[in-house]
Amino acid sequence: MKFRTVTAQEITAAVKQLFMDCNYYIGGDIMDALTKARDQEASPVGRNVLDQIIENDKIAAAEQIPLCQDTGMAVLFIEYGDKVSVDGDFEEAVEEGVRQAYRDGYLRKSVVDDPVFDRVNTKDNTPAILHTKIVKGDKIRITAGGKGFGSENMSAIKMLTPSYGEEGVKQFILDTVFAAGPNPCPPIVVGVGIGGTFERAAQLAKKATFRPIDTHHPDARYAAMEDELLESINRMGFGPAGLGGNTTALGVNIETSPTHIAGMPVAVNICCHAARHASTEI
Amino acid sequence: MTKKITLPITDEAIRDLKAGDSVLLTGTILTGRDAAHKRLFELIEQGKELPVDIKGELIYYVGPAPAKEGYAVGPAGPTSSYRMDKYAPALLDLGLKGMIGKGARNQAVIDAMVRNGCVYFAAIGGAAALIAKSIKKEEILCYEDLGTEAVRRYTVEDFPCIVAIDCEGNNVYETEPVKYRTI
Repeated sequence: MKFRTVTAQEITAAVKQLFMDCNYYIGGDIMDALTKARDQEASPVGRNVLDQIIENDKIAAAEQIPLCQDTGMAVLFIEYGDKVSVDGDFEEAVEEGVRQAYRDGYLRKSVVDDPVFDRVNTKDNTPAILHTKIVKGDKIRITAGGKGFGSENMSAIKMLTPSYGEEGVKQFILDTVFAAGPNPCPPIVVGVGIGGTFERAAQLAKKATFRPIDTHHPDARYAAMEDELLESINRMGFGPAGLGGNTTALGVNIETSPTHIAGMPVAVNICCHAARHASTEI
Repeated sequence: MTKKITLPITDEAIRDLKAGDSVLLTGTILTGRDAAHKRLFELIEQGKELPVDIKGELIYYVGPAPAKEGYAVGPAGPTSSYRMDKYAPALLDLGLKGMIGKGARNQAVIDAMVRNGCVYFAAIGGAAALIAKSIKKEEILCYEDLGTEAVRRYTVEDFPCIVAIDCEGNNVYETEPVKYRTI
């Protein structure tokens, strides 16, 4: 079997670039949605907030500074080809990329070492959250994002059971977004993971927030649910910054997975309008 | 209409502010968020003196990103205020005149605001690069070991925010979304 060799330095350089890029440059899908929302927003305050967000994102890109001070916890989805060999410690190469991006890119260090007792800042934003999957091929594909916690804290998971059906799923998603209200920096992106096990649903929800919002679930029934949920959320009235209006969400992305005969887990991962993610292939 | 406020804010200026007003702040403000609030609160509980005088001040809930060369401060947007709800009433009772953050507050905070004649401003969450343009200078006052969570003094010019909750307890997070709610 022939392997392609990738150096640890290449991994580190790629990860560093991804985290700097995603924190400086908002995605085209988000900017398009913000611009469209600005034209359709009924509230004058809401329009003003959207103008400020759009201006903010342009300043960040032009000056190469973070668009939000919460440059997040580093989350990476890695598809690791089974015909690639890394000459060194792969995970350490990724962590080093995170370290360098947050240090050299003037990104905020937001990670503490122990969740309950010490809570001492690690000062380099590591460790990162890595989701690695072995796939076929000789490439490594990395999608990286900085996940802010204003919106992360508003996320929820529930172990629904089959009899809840489609209505139960939609209700839980809407209840979660309603409870979040003005807190997660609306307009938000709603990532939903349905199926799998407890942890798979949560992981899918995060993955859903990293999917461009101008895409749909491949199954037409879930795609319709995405559209319907987006419309319902935008009727809640929270609006930009939660100050009232008809732009509470920019997108709803659903990811699904096979699950157990007894279960129907649903995870809702909320992301702010600064939905930062970038991808590359090595 | 936008109201221009020169800091320190007076009781008269606070009484004149109504929920929903757009405001530009000029002067100095303090910063502090989760970890600093926890420390300040513990000192208050122990009856000890605070390392920073909060009387008459506004506190901005922010943990800025580092400043790039040539910048006075790094991007510095508001963080979610509700996490400071546990600590805010004690600070308001000690003379803090207001808070700048984002999102809803609990009833205990609103009661403390009304009791003490205070104001809560909302800055636009996620507009950190834009907001930083109105911050001209920063100085670390205490808790430097907390990094981004250290307590700072910011000198601001025309810092943009909105009166989210006024000194009578009127609250835009309660009054505005319902006007657009159709579900």
